[in-house]
Amino acid sequence: MKLDLPKYKTSDEVDFVVVGSGAAGGIMAKELSTNGFRVVVLEQGPYLTESDFVHDEVRVIGEDLLTNKPKLQPTSFRKTPNEKAKPQRALVYGRLVGGTSVHFTANFWRFHEIDFVERSKIGPVPGADLRDWPITYADLEPYYTKVEWEIGVSGLAGASPFDPPRSKPYPMPPLPVKGSGVIFERAARKLGWHPFPAPMAILSQSRPGRSACINCGFCLAFGCEVGAKSSSLATAIRMAEKTGRCEIRPNSYVHRIEMDSNGRATGAVYFDEKRNTHLQKAKAVVVCANGAETPRLLLLSANKQFPNGLANSSGVVGKYLMLNSGGVTNAVFEHPLNDYKGFAVSRLLHDFYELDPQKVGFYGGGGIDARFDATPIAFAMGGLPPGTPGWGKAFKDTLAHNFTRTMELFCHGTSLAVETNSFSLDPDLKDAWGLPALCLTYKDHPDDLKLWAWQNQRANELLDAAGALKKWSQPIGEQQFAVHLLGTCRMGNDPKTSVINSDHRTHDVKNLFLCDGSSLVTSGRGQPTMTIEALSFRAADRITALAKRGEIA
Amino acid sequence: MIENLSRRNFLTRGSAAVSAVWLSAHWPAIVAAAEHAHQAAKSSAPPKFQFFTPEEAAEIDAIAARIIPSDETPGAREAGVVYFIDRGLTTFAVDDRKTYREGLPALQARVRELFPSVEKFSTATPDQQDQILHSLDDQAGPAPRRRSASTSNSFFQAVRIHTIVGFLIDPDSGGNRDGVGWKVIGRDREHMFQPPFGYYDKDYAGWQPNPPNPEKTKA
Repeated sequence: MKLDLPKYKTSDEVDFVVVGSGAAGGIMAKELSTNGFRVVVLEQGPYLTESDFVHDEVRVIGEDLLTNKPKLQPTSFRKTPNEKAKPQRALVYGRLVGGTSVHFTANFWRFHEIDFVERSKIGPVPGADLRDWPITYADLEPYYTKVEWEIGVSGLAGASPFDPPRSKPYPMPPLPVKGSGVIFERAARKLGWHPFPAPMAILSQSRPGRSACINCGFCLAFGCEVGAKSSSLATAIRMAEKTGRCEIRPNSYVHRIEMDSNGRATGAVYFDEKRNTHLQKAKAVVVCANGAETPRLLLLSANKQFPNGLANSSGVVGKYLMLNSGGVTNAVFEHPLNDYKGFAVSRLLHDFYELDPQKVGFYGGGGIDARFDATPIAFAMGGLPPGTPGWGKAFKDTLAHNFTRTMELFCHGTSLAVETNSFSLDPDLKDAWGLPALCLTYKDHPDDLKLWAWQNQRANELLDAAGALKKWSQPIGEQQFAVHLLGTCRMGNDPKTSVINSDHRTHDVKNLFLCDGSSLVTSGRGQPTMTIEALSFRAADRITALAKRGEIA
Repeated sequence: MIENLSRRNFLTRGSAAVSAVWLSAHWPAIVAAAEHAHQAAKSSAPPKFQFFTPEEAAEIDAIAARIIPSDETPGAREAGVVYFIDRGLTTFAVDDRKTYREGLPALQARVRELFPSVEKFSTATPDQQDQILHSLDDQAGPAPRRRSASTSNSFFQAVRIHTIVGFLIDPDSGGNRDGVGWKVIGRDREHMFQPPFGYYDKDYAGWQPNPPNPEKTKA
């Protein structure tokens, strides 16, 4: 069935133009259009649907079918601002309608109370700018619940004793347990820890037009061809289109926010597929382009009134980037787990969510999940124990033995906000449209690396308790590749140290709003998308209220 | 690009989660090759090489057969990897063609250097072949030297990566003829599964709640 979708003229001043259609942009578009507004969503990537999704690792991973294109969008990296950045692939994000939510793992933890008030609780951390949020967990709770019910999250309320309060249970039971989950659950309990079924944005029960997960095994990095993964593509975008008031315009690369002489945004300037330039006029602009592209767009939109970038009177646009600390430990077991079947994660634990800095000697906290997320080629390239030859009989034999017997423990953790960690415009490197490329500047705070090592120790303890035949932790090292893109236009009450207020309105431009990973003040414990989506539901409520009171235009 | 390929490089920010990322960051443009290779794999007519001469194809086939040898289970040869690579190179980036064009004569030179009596790689004994490949593989050994961009190493790494890809790619996407690569690693051909999936979850008794009200762990 083809919906009767609106097609707005660029000269038609719509109520909102939303830049980006991912986790945040999809929900923003759905909420604003549902609330009666006329909305145009400008998405730089293509509009693919379920039938376009394949299990071909070459096309999806090798060719970046779903993600940003290094050839068109080169990037650079440096550790510190006084170095000259070198061109290298520095980040990955979903570049299609639905954004990164199309190819993500779909781990969907809520943040806990502590994530919003940690500065008050533990005080300052040297070398970082740890701050409280201007909102609390209680402010966001109703919106977490909205995400779970409207977008579709499977899980078991009350299963983790560390969970924050919730107003409703999950709308559907957890996904089935995998072998990695059973091994994890048994071993964690031996150690006195509290494993629980992972909350996942993947359907365990069908919904209209969407199948429950069929356990195909091509999940992380792939689009879901049965709509079981609760991407914006499979959920919010469709709901937005059903309102009849929302136009999704793909292949539209926004590169400037247009401003008038009164300091008011008048629309978004974009290249279409043929690289013709258009201005979509709008009464207000909401940028949901992710934690890298949102600050980049503000910096690209510098003008006489905003010489350092739009909405950047604070100078913090692009700064305080947080990537989340990582840590992976692999293990091989005696019998086949066949963990390639299914989604990635079925069990996790939050016993270490809130570590006491006085006791462990560093700031931080995290969660550990049990998973297997490697597709066959990816596994052959990186899933074998260190020291395994890269070819020949020993390579083949190890590959053949281990593929069905391997699992991973993935430790997710905090990253501290450090001013010099940022996305900025590279002074030399240009993209295929001739615009300045993204430069990633990043050096993990020492505490982030200490947390990584500490959690790796716990992972090894667990695998010992589980009786792993072999285990090895991936080396700990400073990150130079960004997946989680957080904190670069952070929320705050003080216009001198933040970019947006708690309504997601920029301090400097009355009708310009930002909502995505860039809004985050702290990094959480490694799973940001649930919070990005809850923020988007909440921001849409705030923006709607402002618009209805005539306080935007 | 090829010189950046190594397990070591991969492991610097390890995790299979990031492996996807890593592959896309470092994988040479293997690209749409798959569809062509798939047709070749499906076709009952004797496949024709598009990029290699028959002699070159025999050399590549012989290398692939040492990278993933055929023994009691199928190897690169049974998976039709040489056809995957050949069809791949007809749509490859120019850089990758150059790597093969320059690599094949370099291989020949290495064969003569190490085994003057051997005519070409494909006629050497398996042991000789392994010695030759080890001499090309800068990443062999417990403590890999700093990666060099030497032609022969780039060539070997390209063939190695492409062989693994051609062996393990989704058989419906070209390569991995008859799914033999997946059979070897124990990956069922289906794309739809029901639990229990394996040994450890088949006797799972069901979820039992955690003890209530634990003291919040503070390490």
